[in-house]
Amino acid sequence: MRSIRAAAVGAVTMSLALAASACGGGSSTGGGSDDSPKTLTYWASNQGASIAVDKKVLQPELDKFEKQTGVKVKLEVVPWSDLLNRILTATTSGQGPDVLNIGNTWSASLQATGALLPWNAENFAKIGGKDRFVDSALGSTGASDKDPAAVPLYSMAYALYYNKKMFAEAGISKPPTTWDELVADGRKLSKDGKWGLGAEGSNPSENIHHAFVFARQHGAEFFTADGKADFTNDGVVTAVKQYVDLMAKDKIIAPGNAEYAQNQSVSDFAKGKNAMLLWQSAAANLKSQGLSEDDYGIAPVPVQSGTPGTGDQINSMVAGINLAVFKNTHNTDGATKFVKFMTSDAEQKILNTAYTSIPPVKTAQEDPAFNSPANAVLKDTLAKSAAALPQVADESQFETAVGTAIKELFATAAAGRPVSADTVKSALQKAQQQMPAK
Amino acid sequence: MSSQHASPMAPPRSFLWSRRIFLTLLTGFVLLPVYVMVSSSLKPLADVTGKFRWLPSGLTLRPYVDIWSTVPLARYFVNSLIVAGVATVASVVIAVFSAYAVSRYDFRGKRVFTVTVLSTQMFPGILFLLPLFLIYVNIGNATGIALFGSRGGLILTYLTFSLPFSIWMLIGYFDSVPRDLDEAALVDGCGPLGALFRVVVPAAVPGIVAVAVYAFMTAWGEVLFASVMTNDTTRTLAVGLQGYSTLNDVYWNQIMAASLVVSVPVVAGFLLLQRYLVAGLTAGAVK
Amino acid sequence: MTTTAPAAADVRKDSPGAAARDPRRPGRIRRIGLPYLLLLPALFLELLVHLVPMVIGIVMSFKELTQFYIRDWGAAPWSGLRNYRMSVDFDAPVGEALLHSFLVTIAFTVLSVGLCWLIGTTAAVYMQETFRGRGLLRALFLVPYALPVYAAVITWVFMFQHDNGLVNHVLHDQLHLTDKPSFWLIGDNSFYALLTVSVWKGWPFAFLIVMAGLQNIPGELYEAAALDGAGRWQQIRRITLPSLRPVNQVLVLVLFLWTFNDFNTPYVLFGKTAPAAADLISVHIYQASFVTWNFGTGSAMSVLLLLFLLVVTGVYLVLTSRGRRTSDV
Repeated sequence: MRSIRAAAVGAVTMSLALAASACGGGSSTGGGSDDSPKTLTYWASNQGASIAVDKKVLQPELDKFEKQTGVKVKLEVVPWSDLLNRILTATTSGQGPDVLNIGNTWSASLQATGALLPWNAENFAKIGGKDRFVDSALGSTGASDKDPAAVPLYSMAYALYYNKKMFAEAGISKPPTTWDELVADGRKLSKDGKWGLGAEGSNPSENIHHAFVFARQHGAEFFTADGKADFTNDGVVTAVKQYVDLMAKDKIIAPGNAEYAQNQSVSDFAKGKNAMLLWQSAAANLKSQGLSEDDYGIAPVPVQSGTPGTGDQINSMVAGINLAVFKNTHNTDGATKFVKFMTSDAEQKILNTAYTSIPPVKTAQEDPAFNSPANAVLKDTLAKSAAALPQVADESQFETAVGTAIKELFATAAAGRPVSADTVKSALQKAQQQMPAK
Repeated sequence: MSSQHASPMAPPRSFLWSRRIFLTLLTGFVLLPVYVMVSSSLKPLADVTGKFRWLPSGLTLRPYVDIWSTVPLARYFVNSLIVAGVATVASVVIAVFSAYAVSRYDFRGKRVFTVTVLSTQMFPGILFLLPLFLIYVNIGNATGIALFGSRGGLILTYLTFSLPFSIWMLIGYFDSVPRDLDEAALVDGCGPLGALFRVVVPAAVPGIVAVAVYAFMTAWGEVLFASVMTNDTTRTLAVGLQGYSTLNDVYWNQIMAASLVVSVPVVAGFLLLQRYLVAGLTAGAVK
Repeated sequence: MTTTAPAAADVRKDSPGAAARDPRRPGRIRRIGLPYLLLLPALFLELLVHLVPMVIGIVMSFKELTQFYIRDWGAAPWSGLRNYRMSVDFDAPVGEALLHSFLVTIAFTVLSVGLCWLIGTTAAVYMQETFRGRGLLRALFLVPYALPVYAAVITWVFMFQHDNGLVNHVLHDQLHLTDKPSFWLIGDNSFYALLTVSVWKGWPFAFLIVMAGLQNIPGELYEAAALDGAGRWQQIRRITLPSLRPVNQVLVLVLFLWTFNDFNTPYVLFGKTAPAAADLISVHIYQASFVTWNFGTGSAMSVLLLLFLLVVTGVYLVLTSRGRRTSDV
């Protein structure tokens, strides 16, 4: 018995000692410092066709930065599947990169952890001022009553990609502008093993992006004005049902898409299995799969009726990547300089061209390089009819809970079982109850 | 004596027939995924993205060339080899010491030790993932020894994962090595460690090999801790293989080729050593 | 034939006199110190990697450890038993989901362990005596166990694909057993997909252990039975299976713990969020912790899980060892 007690006491003492020291976590270097001015670590998200492609795009630019400032940037491209986990562990331990990419929808969630350097007026001044950035992109950088947690780096918007040849064969002369038209066109196109539209049914984030737009088109929001989850209001239920019905009722999405989560719908589109695709800035991706820009057209995402605009006429979320500085950096000065470099006009042009995204920096956006018809649609959408996902601290839980609920709804639809308004509502109710209590 | 004690009578036909049917079905079940892995790794991409085909439309070795450039597979391979190799050696040595102490000595706390070590088999990994990660970070901050994100941290973790089962098996094995042997060695002037290494260890080779194989497989296949505790340069195969699902397409043929490449060393080693494994288990675990 | 964990098998009284069996070693300190010295590395590692983190995990389960506090978790507010109350409130969604996941895990574990044991034992018994090709077959059968988990499971993922997988090709296109291709990785079938993979991966371990156990059955028993006129099937029933009892006791326990806690298989099969029908508790807790950023609740769930496993293991050991003792008498 005595030895049991001794072992227990030992373990507890040791753990408490470690726990006490663990409390240091992030606070000890809370404000950042300039201890190691010569190096930076940069976590880039996977934007190109593969990690190798990203390295090829980014490395020359980092070398340029080193030449200009003498600061060496160590690059790590983190796959999307790992990125949020890596940021979480970095936050918990206080050991992370100096500068990192975040999906812009995570801004408010990560802002709440306090791990990211706030971009107050003073910090913005160091990179040329807040006014350099487009408003819609700034709308997705954190809660509106706080200083932004990150600055916009690449902007993207959803558009409707359609296969010109398949449209011609089906006798469709122009891309649909309303959902009714899209469904009608989709029915004409869905035959002989080909389908009207592609979707990523098992990818919670994709589901959220679409559900959000549908909800806005029905005048509904997922969160109340004071930030409470409100997933079961009629507008949201109708919206989610309309999205899932594209497979369940309208049958213009192949049931197999219910298990897609790794961009299979994009390669299906490239192979001509789907005639339409709702995607953000797919050009580079489609090109790398051998689909020429002449083979497909690009149009705004449909609305319920009328033309895209604000309010109920929203037809895209503000998609994009933000650049953040980790508060625990040992090189705040270098990190800020690096952000300034990455958001400079010259770099914005190079990087956004490589990734076929739109620069969130006004002056760079005006460059003729971004005036192609495809980019015109994306630019127009971003400027006029895109809205930011809810900038609330629980955003990442919302993506998981609702995105997974829609995934299960797609699974139900794919199995041939009916998806009624009640089915949708109870799935959303369950998702809502999983949200942190307020 | 590991004799095959077939019963003296010839088996009846019902036995032979049922055996034939059962073993045939089982072989099919076991080999099906192996066949898929091998055949798909030789298929062009169109064959694995379209309807499944039993036979490739054309054989290609392309996937085996491409796997090395799509993700830095060679680096992951080296990482896994180092991590699993060092963890295995260390785990075996430490387990030998512990098992010898428990098998040959009586001391206060022996029971607590064995029960505690064995009960760690029950711990859900998820319970101590985050705390362990915090401990490594804090050790790093306090001493400058980088455990988090390094191969060292992963080695310590994996070697501990395989310890309980290894110690338990070796205790059983050492118990079966007659004590007279170490007594004789002690009479010859060996110290206790001399007796361990000159007498007990050589007599327990099958058990030790079995433990080593187990430790290596544990380290080679672990996913959860590897995904949190490694970075770009220290990533192991278990996590690295996810890189084949790129933004473009799911390269199933490359995934299968890479899976095959990373499986070959373990499977080959395992099959070469399986005789020891059965012998080791016979004496150690199921005695 | 002792068989339990050595803890139970080899307990002598902790008296200093026991060490006197080894009179040659000089010095009392060394005599007492040596075993501890030998255990030191293992003890240190167990503390570092298993025990202390577990204690920290338990501490965390009493905290409100959400995204607002993970940066400095020492400062996270204590939440008392709230995480536990939330986990076991089966009328509310969090508890309900946990209970559902728990029941799915139990069903999955029982079926998987049962099938692994059944297939493993049958194969081992059939292969007890030599026949042509036995060595090759034995090697083949061990392949699923030897394959790294992710390599094996990812192959199954490919086979279970809706559009381009082997399973649907065989069941639907070739055998016409289903009127349309089924989904295996989403929806209700995912449970069977998971079970199939788990059994495929796990039965060779049972096979290996039972095979080892069979070698310890003395040949005279069979000879005696044969003299009594027992046929092959009777020998299996009267000698082989009873002799395997002690082996089975350990085997089933080990399989149970490994299957119950298995994270790798469902994670590689389904990703971060498993379908409801195959929502194993390990992935469920992972999701509660890492995907929804609530490490306090996640820890509380893990502690509950650990308590459950402790109770089950304890009861199991008591029951099986008592059963054996009475049957031995």
